[in-house]
Amino acid sequence: MLGYAFKRVLSAIPIVLITITACFFILRLAPGGPFDGERALPPDMIRNLRAYYHLDEPIFIQYLNYLGGVMHGDFGPSMVMKDFSVSRLLSIGLPFTLMLGFTAFIVGTAAGLIAGALAAVNQNKTPDYVLVFLVLIPLIIPNFLMANLVQLAFGVYLGWLPVGGYQPGAWTHLVLPVIILAMPHGARVARLMRGSMIEVLGTNYIRTARSKGLGTRLILARHAIKPAMIPVVSYLGPGLSYLLTGSLVVEQVFTLPGIGKYFITAALNRDYGVVLGTTVIYIFIILVLNLIVDMIYAWLDPKVRLR
Amino acid sequence: MKITRVLKAVAAAGALALFLGSAAQAVTLNLGNGGEPGSLDPHKVSGDWENRVVGEYLEGLVAEDANAEPIPGQAESWTVSDDGLTYTFKLRADAMWSDGKPVVAQNFVDAFQRLFDPKTAAQYAYLQYPIKNSSKIANGDITDFNELGVKAIDDKTLEIDLEAPTPYFIEALTHYTAFPIRKDVIDEFGDQWTQPEHIVGNGPYKITEWVPGSYIKGVKSDTYYGKDDLKIDEIVWHNTEDLTAALNRYRAGELDIMTDFPADQYQFLQDNYAGQAHVAPFLGIYYYVLNQSKPPLDNVNIRKALSLSVLRDVIGPDVLGTGELPAYGWVPPGTGNYEGEQYLPDWSEEPYDQRVEEAKKLMADAGYTPDKPLKLTLRYNTNENHQRIAVAIADMWKQIGVDVELFNAETAVHYDALQSGDFQVGRAGWLLDYNDPSNTLDLLRTGTKQSDGTINWGNNYGRYSNPEYDDLMAKASTELDLAKRAGLMHQAEKLAMDQFAAIPIYWYVSKNVVSPKIQGFSDNAKDIHRVRWMSKSE
Repeated sequence: MLGYAFKRVLSAIPIVLITITACFFILRLAPGGPFDGERALPPDMIRNLRAYYHLDEPIFIQYLNYLGGVMHGDFGPSMVMKDFSVSRLLSIGLPFTLMLGFTAFIVGTAAGLIAGALAAVNQNKTPDYVLVFLVLIPLIIPNFLMANLVQLAFGVYLGWLPVGGYQPGAWTHLVLPVIILAMPHGARVARLMRGSMIEVLGTNYIRTARSKGLGTRLILARHAIKPAMIPVVSYLGPGLSYLLTGSLVVEQVFTLPGIGKYFITAALNRDYGVVLGTTVIYIFIILVLNLIVDMIYAWLDPKVRLR
Repeated sequence: MKITRVLKAVAAAGALALFLGSAAQAVTLNLGNGGEPGSLDPHKVSGDWENRVVGEYLEGLVAEDANAEPIPGQAESWTVSDDGLTYTFKLRADAMWSDGKPVVAQNFVDAFQRLFDPKTAAQYAYLQYPIKNSSKIANGDITDFNELGVKAIDDKTLEIDLEAPTPYFIEALTHYTAFPIRKDVIDEFGDQWTQPEHIVGNGPYKITEWVPGSYIKGVKSDTYYGKDDLKIDEIVWHNTEDLTAALNRYRAGELDIMTDFPADQYQFLQDNYAGQAHVAPFLGIYYYVLNQSKPPLDNVNIRKALSLSVLRDVIGPDVLGTGELPAYGWVPPGTGNYEGEQYLPDWSEEPYDQRVEEAKKLMADAGYTPDKPLKLTLRYNTNENHQRIAVAIADMWKQIGVDVELFNAETAVHYDALQSGDFQVGRAGWLLDYNDPSNTLDLLRTGTKQSDGTINWGNNYGRYSNPEYDDLMAKASTELDLAKRAGLMHQAEKLAMDQFAAIPIYWYVSKNVVSPKIQGFSDNAKDIHRVRWMSKSE
């Protein structure tokens, strides 16, 4: 088991290296640079700026320097957030993004499991139809629109919750963002749970349990829920990495201090350091989550370990 | 009887508590600031959303009044020599930094030396190039910073020498590139000096919190000379990059001022929040650049046909919906140091149909008709409003025999193409850095030759080049008499516009939303609104 994990970690190193390298060179190949804005700068200024950020050195030297920095946890300066190093930006934003993502993950998963199970138990009855319909909504309506609707409903008209913004220590600001982020995730979990639960409820051992005279509640709790969750669990890994890396819209709409938006805005601004920094973090998150999921598989199924 | 007395006492106590509560509560201004400040270092910032923060925690020699007109700031008075080259500033005796140290002339000397130091790589250093030897220091020709024309005569007297008389120099000093800095603080903390735990300022507010992506907070500085007149205790600059979401926050009372709003919500705001949306003329021009370095747009008649057939009157009111005024000239109305009549070509008053007929004829003479159209690519940076305008104008050009292909790209790519001359027609805009006509007119001067033989066209993307124009602008830049100077520039503007050097489309407007709780917000052409002039009633 440990040997398997070790092999997986080793194989992740070339993946990280290849991604950094590809990302580094593709970024430089893209037309336009970090100093192309609405106004042309005098050539002296461009020269000073390029020297300041070491962009005047040969690209291969820049690449080696960058790699050397990353090894020491230094992702270089940001050319747009000039008062911050990329490492500092990430150290401020990442904990928030992780907190937001995990909260949404727990809320969404729990709500999805309950909704899916309820729908399955009431298959083809009114509660099932209502739940199936409700679950479709967050999958159809894009999240920026949904975010606007809940802002209007709960912030502007009802006035129950803050519309946006962030205050250290205040939880009310997180309610709407967590809901918006959790909804599509919960919806997918609910659909998976409903499907697999229906399948489990139709199996022979459930029929046997029923014929033995066990109550519905006991059958569900003891025999149905656990096996029904297997397909859901296999979705949770990718689902979590999607929540952790897909917080862009929610962070922007609710003006939250996470790293999601840097990923897009930095790419548009050609802020090389920030794009690379967030990419490395995201690869890391995805690799770790995949590793954990694979470890769980390996633990469940010895065949995987021997592969 | 007794009960009423108790009730009265309770009511009185309640009222007192309420009164004390509201008296103790700090007055907070929640400002929807637009973008995320990338920096609070006056030598590294470049956007108006950064100026809104930096200009509250730092103050230059000259400050802005409620209408953004220059007034004495850290300097209580100044004198100008007869030749217009030497300015002597007397600093206020009570000017202080937020850590209690006095503001001295050396702080300004340090600031200007750092601004022009090539190692600082300050993007907007060129705005202070009127200062003697500044550009030579910035490009490395002079390495002794003591040759810069900024000298501390004593602690409270500062002398600034200029290269040439500059009528807008006092106004240029209101810009953040002219703010003082604390060299000792920067030396101690390096790039980290603007973090709230280190930052030291001399303005009305001091920065206490900075949460990137969310907000920046400032509180009244108790060392500011005008602290007793400040009616706002705290400012929170909120990041409002998502304007629709920001408008929701405004409607819920979470923002007092928005510095922009979604154009398609203007009607909604007028209907539901009457008087709160402020749309005012703003010193800036939205225009299309025509690449004159290669055919077909080197042909003045084709440029004329294109310009004539743009129906500008519908762009502001109908296409954008915020009522921007049509532009036919090159200097925004209301620009300072520009006495005289605004440029308006004769054809602008002709009926549109007549203009289209004239344009058709010009195109036909050049060999293009709706059946055999001229193919043009129109580039714009990806943005909903730019797209709407491009679609409308492409349609206006279709009738005169121009087949337009629209091409949009993200901002960095778009401007890269404009700068390298890789375009035919391109969208551009210019907001004035200082209130003087030379700021837009310089955009049409011939580029400067570089040491490698190439020409640096700078912001003259269309590569318009006319020796007569360059000559008029050169004369204007050394002319001391303001009226004569304005006359020369009026001639230059007419010359370039009569040759259709570019297609001006509309004059920018500023778009603010201001809550009725806020007093002292005054619309002005520079769209600068310092908080020290505002107050808030609950």
